Amino acid sequence: MIHQYKNNGFNIVMDVCSGAIHVVDDVTYDVVALFEKKDLEEIKAELDYPDTEIEEAYGEIRELKQEGLLFTEDIYEDYITEVKSRKTVVKALCLHIAHDCNLACRYCFAEEGEYQGQRGLMSAEVGRAALDFLVENSGNRRNLEVDFFGGEPTMNFEVVKEIVRYGRSLEEKHDKHFRFTLTTNGLLVNDEIIGFANKEMDNVVMSIDGRREVHDYMRPTRNGKPSYDLILPKFKKFADSRNQQKYYVRGTFTNRNLDFASDVIHLADEGFEQISMEPVVGEADEPYAIQEKDLPRVFAEYDRLAREMIKRRKEGRPFHFFHFMIDLTGGPCVAKRLSGCGSGTEYMAVTPWGDLYPCHQFVGEEEFKLGDVFTGIKRTDICDRFRSCNVYTKEKCRDCFARFYCSGGCPANSYKFQGRIDDSYDLSCEMERKRVECAIMLQAALAE
Amino acid sequence: MKRIKTLTGKKTYSNTMCKGGCGECQTSCQSACKTSCTVGNQTCENEK
Repeated sequence: MIHQYKNNGFNIVMDVCSGAIHVVDDVTYDVVALFEKKDLEEIKAELDYPDTEIEEAYGEIRELKQEGLLFTEDIYEDYITEVKSRKTVVKALCLHIAHDCNLACRYCFAEEGEYQGQRGLMSAEVGRAALDFLVENSGNRRNLEVDFFGGEPTMNFEVVKEIVRYGRSLEEKHDKHFRFTLTTNGLLVNDEIIGFANKEMDNVVMSIDGRREVHDYMRPTRNGKPSYDLILPKFKKFADSRNQQKYYVRGTFTNRNLDFASDVIHLADEGFEQISMEPVVGEADEPYAIQEKDLPRVFAEYDRLAREMIKRRKEGRPFHFFHFMIDLTGGPCVAKRLSGCGSGTEYMAVTPWGDLYPCHQFVGEEEFKLGDVFTGIKRTDICDRFRSCNVYTKEKCRDCFARFYCSGGCPANSYKFQGRIDDSYDLSCEMERKRVECAIMLQAALAE
Repeated sequence: MKRIKTLTGKKTYSNTMCKGGCGECQTSCQSACKTSCTVGNQTCENEK
């Protein structure tokens, strides 16, 4: 399967099923499009290039096809079925340290931290039991990930510290290594939290939406006050204290800031070097929802952002954008690429009361409650449904060129928009395809 | 080659089938997205 496109002056040919990416000249670009449909003489008759150039391009294409770098077939379905049938272990937990928040973000899927339920803080007892559950269910897997999430986890930071201390005490005995991540809105961040996080957290995710007016509209405090000026200096200090590594400033864009490239650039101008900006996930009738009609504007913004990143890299002031990061000569294995996100099997969320859900986005959906950290998983049937999800069980993924980059998309989004976990959120797919195209174009530009 | 520049070298997805699927890599959602699924930008723990 071939996907070819032009972007920012580059002709890019993706051999989808081998992962090979080629940058080609105009003649080759047009010959590739005809290669499997017509023979050389027919191609020469159809294209308005000198015959010698067409013959040369044809020869190079044929050579790459023989090497297995063009026109390869998808040979992975049986392999992925076999991989998915292997016994899985739990390797990551998202701990809902606080079902409470000191912000009232308009788009919050956690409904200001309450997740369709009541407010509450996780106790140290539940946190310790969660780590015990993780260790017991992780088999031989050494690296275990634990994300301190909310609501706002810094509202219950003493428990965060106790869980980390307990986790470290388990490592040597069980030959495990915990990788902790803190996600925070920044309001309560102080020197003590920064110091603790820099010692113990592999990653810190700092929530900020970009420009002051964009951020303050969507992320007011519980009493309706702006939050941008309260958090920006703290995040700058936090990021600098981590040497601009192992963190992300992470924003959400909505239909109110479809010029979101300006928000990413604003964060870069403020000195941040690790930036993520996610499209909001919201029902079509939400006032902030991104609609299908917005997609051309969104795509243009991704293009603008990519061009700006190329410019800044050439100027010696680069920054990373999470969704444009791609390693074309390495990256994950094909099993990882095609077998789904791991929710409900490798990855689970834990509520403040110790209940287990397939991921943080399913918390509060009672029919998805898997069990709890004290007595283990009771609903293995739900886990089996999640385990069976992969790109080959999703009809829309089968012919999509981006399937090796998104692993079939987000089951929670699928459930939210289609009422089932093995479908897709079509708008998200459109944006993912565009991001993949931009990410590859960026690599082409950097390879010049 | 004169007209084609390959950015990915000779390594292909099929090369990763033999030792793949060990599961030591990061969970897809655990870094900075939380509302989508991106695996293309993740790293292999076996190659470290």
